[in-house]
Amino acid sequence: MNLKKLTAPLLLTLCLLAPIPAQAAGGAIVLPEYEWSFSGVFGTYDKPQLQRGFQVYKEVCSSCHGLTLKSYRNLSDLGYSDEEIKAFASQFEVWDGPNDEGDMFKRPALPSDKFVPPFPNKNAARAANNGAYPPDMSLIIKARPDGANYLKALLMGYDPAPEGFELPAGVSYNSYFPGHKIAMAQPLTDGQVTYADGTPNTLDQMSSDVTAFLAWAAEPEMEERKQTGVRVMLFLIVLTGLLYLLKKRIWSSVH
Amino acid sequence: MSDSSAAPTQYTGLKGWIEYRLPVFSFMDHELNHYPTPKNLNYWWNFGSLAGITLVVMILTGILLAMNYSGDTKLAFQSVERIMRDVNGGWLIRYIHMNGASMFFMVVYIHIFRGLYYGSYKPPRELLWMLGCVILLLMMATAFMGYVLPWGQMSFWGATVITNLFSALPLIGEDLVIWLWGGFSVDNPTLTRFFALHFLMPFMIVGVVVLHIVALHKHGSNNPLGIDIKSKKDSIPFHPYYTIKDLYGLGLFALVWAGFVFFSPNYLGHPDNYIMADPMVTPAHIVPEWYFLPFYAILRAVTFDIPLGLFTIDAKLGGVLAMFGAVGVLFVLPWLDRHPVRSASFRPIYRWAFWFFVLVCLGLGQTGALQPDEPFYFILLGMRIEFFGIHSVVFAQLFTVWYFFHFVALLPLLSKIERAKGLPKSISEPVLRPAGA
Ligand code: HEC
Ligand code: HEM
Repeated sequence: MNLKKLTAPLLLTLCLLAPIPAQAAGGAIVLPEYEWSFSGVFGTYDKPQLQRGFQVYKEVCSSCHGLTLKSYRNLSDLGYSDEEIKAFASQFEVWDGPNDEGDMFKRPALPSDKFVPPFPNKNAARAANNGAYPPDMSLIIKARPDGANYLKALLMGYDPAPEGFELPAGVSYNSYFPGHKIAMAQPLTDGQVTYADGTPNTLDQMSSDVTAFLAWAAEPEMEERKQTGVRVMLFLIVLTGLLYLLKKRIWSSVH
Repeated sequence: MSDSSAAPTQYTGLKGWIEYRLPVFSFMDHELNHYPTPKNLNYWWNFGSLAGITLVVMILTGILLAMNYSGDTKLAFQSVERIMRDVNGGWLIRYIHMNGASMFFMVVYIHIFRGLYYGSYKPPRELLWMLGCVILLLMMATAFMGYVLPWGQMSFWGATVITNLFSALPLIGEDLVIWLWGGFSVDNPTLTRFFALHFLMPFMIVGVVVLHIVALHKHGSNNPLGIDIKSKKDSIPFHPYYTIKDLYGLGLFALVWAGFVFFSPNYLGHPDNYIMADPMVTPAHIVPEWYFLPFYAILRAVTFDIPLGLFTIDAKLGGVLAMFGAVGVLFVLPWLDRHPVRSASFRPIYRWAFWFFVLVCLGLGQTGALQPDEPFYFILLGMRIEFFGIHSVVFAQLFTVWYFFHFVALLPLLSKIERAKGLPKSISEPVLRPAGA
């Protein structure tokens, strides 16, 4: 294809570009860009960070937000032993049955059980939260645009409301929540949890940690996916290169 | 006894035995080794085989998904997440399938624009072209229903918006929609039937693809010069020349597909579809997948009633008719563009019209992604280009008008008035006369 052939499309593009370029979208919320160990082609999860994030989830978020797509056994990904997982699961109770007498009964949760949600159903969750529903966290990172950056920004975005901004009772101002009126009171503040590994428990740190944990919760396959991906891409590049050479050779006799 | 089972063929042994009863080997030999192909096909001709391969991959991954998927509103979302988390290799299968739908449309759209540029719809390939249009329609239906299966918020609300369109049809509309739903809203019966149809329709596509290829092999491929094969010198056998070229193209295509699957599997999707469907919560913006955006834009461009003497077409029905008309007009394209020269390379005016049309389609895609009352803009090379705050619906209307104007007015007009450049004598001697490109 020679250049002349491209003149028509290029010229047309230029004509349409004539109008003024503008900077950022007016009014749209721009999310900050944070550093994540799991972003990029070679990104991986940082296990100590996932454990800290799990601690934040467990001690803070889990009183309102479920994690119902995860099983307790999945925690082995974070480096916990079978014993630790069994012990953790057994703090929760699940319905089972019927037993030989035909009765349903409660028993301690097993590693194979799904995370027990804090509320039995949506209505109970709403009733306990002023009518607002605390969504399940299993997929929250995938269910919001730019999920990881959004979540951390949200947790740190409890800024003072601008003057004259009307907030109904029980609602907080948040710089990153769409509409800025969020029915979740600020869940994290400096010093909220005490990390066993001595990591400083700043709001920034805890927000990063719980975000990383929820990123893992949403995409447990991420490391395997990217590592497989790198190998697949290398293989395809070599294969395609060879096919190209073969193509050139076969076609060299055609004029 | 000289029985006919030993009848002489060029094949011997088991091959000969089978060939005598089922002529597969001579068929393959005929279609691959003796099928003369123009020797000047460029890389735009790779997209047909890519589409075929994509279809096969979609069917294979789809069957594997179906083995683990539950088409019940109470289970569908969780079953997809189980595939993602607990089924061995499930995430890979699902991401291949999910991104495969986008790859399929990308490839098929390029394939169609190739046909538009080089006049591949002109005699004697009208039926070949129309079969392609049937494939496009079937693909759209398949992808639409497939997108409903994971039962996320966009699945549910997309299905609600699109099925509701049929209520615009006069007289039967309301009843038709209830019939489609199998109830009074998109619900379990709808999901179950969509699953059944989503499983079935790809095989219908296979059927039409076979016809598409039969029609193709009758007259052979068109080519960038748009002139017929005149002598042996103009053609080469399909195998090995185009098999290797197609394989090379497949390698490049697989790189793109794999890039999405492994590194950005949700880039082309909408985050809301990771929220389970909830009929009580309407998403802020209901947008279809990118490959439907141009049609969605045309649908929403009709914002006014169209009076037609005795009766009026209301805005909703108008939009629906325009949207289906946008595909419908492709069917009759061979009779709208009757210019004797196929390739745009030799049609100086049509070439501009073609590229302008491409931009209009991209513009329609962008307006489809925006809210109607949002100022129109697009992002190019990191720059946000705005148009004086004019609402996107206005642009959608302009583009829609041009879309149809291109087909029903411009092409018939050009057929009459456009003077083509001198065509080369043959494919192997294109340099004898000053050709266009
Ligand atoms: C006291 C209960 C409570 C606690 C504790 C809590 N949340 Fe929430 N959360 C809510 C409620 C209620 C909502 C719904 C807010 C709304 O819709 O306005 C919510 C909403 C959210 C959302 C969704 C925002 C959106 O975009 O829709 C995220 C993300 C979230 N919480 C994360 C967290 C994290 C992380 C923690 C732990 C650090 C946490 N929450 C602790 C009650 C809680
Ligand atoms: C023409 C080829 C096909 C196209 C374009 C197509 C398209 C789609 C799309 C867009 C989705 C939604 C993906 C998502 O967001 O999760 C989907 C899901 C699905 N498809 Fe297909 N599909 C095709 C063929 C098939 C076939 C042949 C089968 C089965 C035999 C199948 C089975 C499924 C199943 C079970 C799902 C739900 C699981 C999921 O959502 O990941 N598909 N399809």
